[in-house]
Amino acid sequence: MLWVDQYRPKTLKDLHYHEGLSQRLKSLAASGDFPHMLFYGPSGAGKKTRIACTLRELFGPGVEKLKIDQRVFLTPSRKKLDVNIVQSNYHIELTPSEVGNYDRVVIQEILKEIAQTQQVDLNAKQRFKVVIINEADSLSRDAQAALRRTMEKYMSNMRIILCANSTSRLIAPIKSRCLLIRVAAPNHKEMKTVLEYVAQSARAGKIPDEAAEDIVRDSNGNMRKAILVFEALKMQTPDLSGPLSIAKPDWETYCHKVGDMILQEQTPQRVMDVRAKLYELLSHCIPPTIIIKTVAERVVQGVDESLKADIMHWAAIYENRMRIGSKKIYHLEAWVVKVMSLYKHFFYDMDMSGFEDGF
Amino acid sequence: MAANFFSANPSTKKLGKEKERVVDPNLQPWVEKYRPKTIDDVSSQEHIVAVLEKTLNSTNLPHMLFYGPPGTGKTSTILALSRQLFGPDNFRTRVLELNASDERGISIVREKIKNFARQTPRAQTVASDGKTYPCPPYKIIILDEADSMTQDAQGALRRIMETYARITRFCLVCNYVTRIIEPLASRCSKFRFRPLDSSSTTTRLQYIAATEQVAVTPPVISTLISTSSGDLRRAITYLQSAARLSAASIPPTEITARDIQEIAGVVPDSVINGFARTLGIDVPAGVDESGDVEMADAPNGSLRGFELVQEKVKALMREGYSASQILTQFHDLVILHPTLNARQKSNCALIMAEADKALCDGADEELWILEVALRVNKAVA
Repeated sequence: MLWVDQYRPKTLKDLHYHEGLSQRLKSLAASGDFPHMLFYGPSGAGKKTRIACTLRELFGPGVEKLKIDQRVFLTPSRKKLDVNIVQSNYHIELTPSEVGNYDRVVIQEILKEIAQTQQVDLNAKQRFKVVIINEADSLSRDAQAALRRTMEKYMSNMRIILCANSTSRLIAPIKSRCLLIRVAAPNHKEMKTVLEYVAQSARAGKIPDEAAEDIVRDSNGNMRKAILVFEALKMQTPDLSGPLSIAKPDWETYCHKVGDMILQEQTPQRVMDVRAKLYELLSHCIPPTIIIKTVAERVVQGVDESLKADIMHWAAIYENRMRIGSKKIYHLEAWVVKVMSLYKHFFYDMDMSGFEDGF
Repeated sequence: MAANFFSANPSTKKLGKEKERVVDPNLQPWVEKYRPKTIDDVSSQEHIVAVLEKTLNSTNLPHMLFYGPPGTGKTSTILALSRQLFGPDNFRTRVLELNASDERGISIVREKIKNFARQTPRAQTVASDGKTYPCPPYKIIILDEADSMTQDAQGALRRIMETYARITRFCLVCNYVTRIIEPLASRCSKFRFRPLDSSSTTTRLQYIAATEQVAVTPPVISTLISTSSGDLRRAITYLQSAARLSAASIPPTEITARDIQEIAGVVPDSVINGFARTLGIDVPAGVDESGDVEMADAPNGSLRGFELVQEKVKALMREGYSASQILTQFHDLVILHPTLNARQKSNCALIMAEADKALCDGADEELWILEVALRVNKAVA
């Protein structure tokens, strides 16, 4: 088992940081008057862990007996949808956004079904069941609208816990029906504490201070990543001494290579090379947003101060267009060419006024 | 007395049965618990209430279209009105409530709505709770959140509304009147619900707080009002959440304005001010020099220009604040800023409008907040 899973806190009191929040969750679970909730925060901050702990606090260890189910839904146009569902006796967890535009059907069907039946287990601690909806921020508008009234109407039989990266894409009526819980990324000190705890529990000996520092800086607030990196490092150099080289994921080095290529040479030939590399990345299912962000960050490190803002500006513009458009590679390429032209013009000190607004 | 005794008996029995099925009111959300029972209770929409009062007496009702921002009492008004018209017994048979959580495609309009509209209402029976209700000879179909109905489904309603106008009234409830097709809108009398003014919100919140025995201070009420911007439902939900949290913590603590802000997902002012200072906007919080305060929480004091902004945005994102919320609050700060000139403000507004659009389209939050930060930085320089 990976350390991330093995040493994931199981109860609220095992959690290492955001004590105030844990205390609140604990008292909420005890009060019997449990609201709908919306957990939001950056990835790897511990949203799911906190949800799981809260569930355990609500229902006891029974929630850890999970079974995975596949359900088939029929859309109004008789199309079949398969949805994976994780459930225990007391709760059900689903990711409606995996069926794309049809998420409304899933929400309507599942929630109504759960909402209209009561808790079967008479020994259960709570009268209600819990529905966890993952990736709530990628729910379509229709699906969110479908949630609105259901959340009020079936409050007696069910509570909904939404889990999202950000609340920007959730409609206001949903936000106003939930208790918002912000799970911020842990700061450096908190991450170090967790790493030390993991090291201790895994009987891995003490983790050197510099190593911890390196891992924390590299993971950028993502606890999951930090523990994974820690475990990987431990496998490479068991005593964690000396200068450590944290292996970057392949796609990241690849993206950096793309960034360097853009700066080395600005010719049509180079555009073709970059294009091949971008295709390679896309075909390995690296999300285009991540590609453009990583490459852009690499590029701005190597250019003059006056260019940095422009490069980020165009990255933002093309990333947005990518979401609206359908073919990602066009926009990635367009951005690459834009950056090359900006860079070249800057180098030859030419008038850039014609390129301010694009075309 | 005797008559009362006989009539009271079955009703209590029924109530008891109801109790088993429904939760006890302590676990109910307050928005449901304090939904107005009669249209007199509806807060702050005097004009609409006055018009509807008349219909109670005359038992004549037009088709209606309620529109207005969320939490202004649209659904509550129509539910209260139908309750007053029909009483608890006939409510079930006379009122059909459909909302966005129900399938409302064209087939439902053709079958379910049409079937319901076609039935002739049954003759009036004596109400079980001893009161008399007007119980006029028509049924009401409430289409809640009607702006999420498809154009086709709305089109199919047109003829139905006219054909069965004798025995059925429609009430469409929506946020955006422009999403209702013109032929439907012209068949209804329109009622616009205004956002609640702060005095009636205050009254209502204080009433609820008093009934629930929650201690609230005036600053808490004013925070509730400012964070909910005229949406009474939101204000009540926040109040309930805050009350839960404060009651649940050991020992019970008092509700503070900061609690409300955290529940509402509002970014603390200090964070927004810090962000503004990084971008070179003077924030009149008693600190003139932009650099000094900033360096305290910036991870690396040696950063300047682009890197400083980038680092700040990253830190902001790690805290998990939502980009649209940051944007809203930052916008308020810039627009109301005392020393920036009009040109700088309009440039900033332009950028924020673009960013808002991008965020609505689902663009990456970090990239766009960075974009806003960089361009605002340039605009105010």
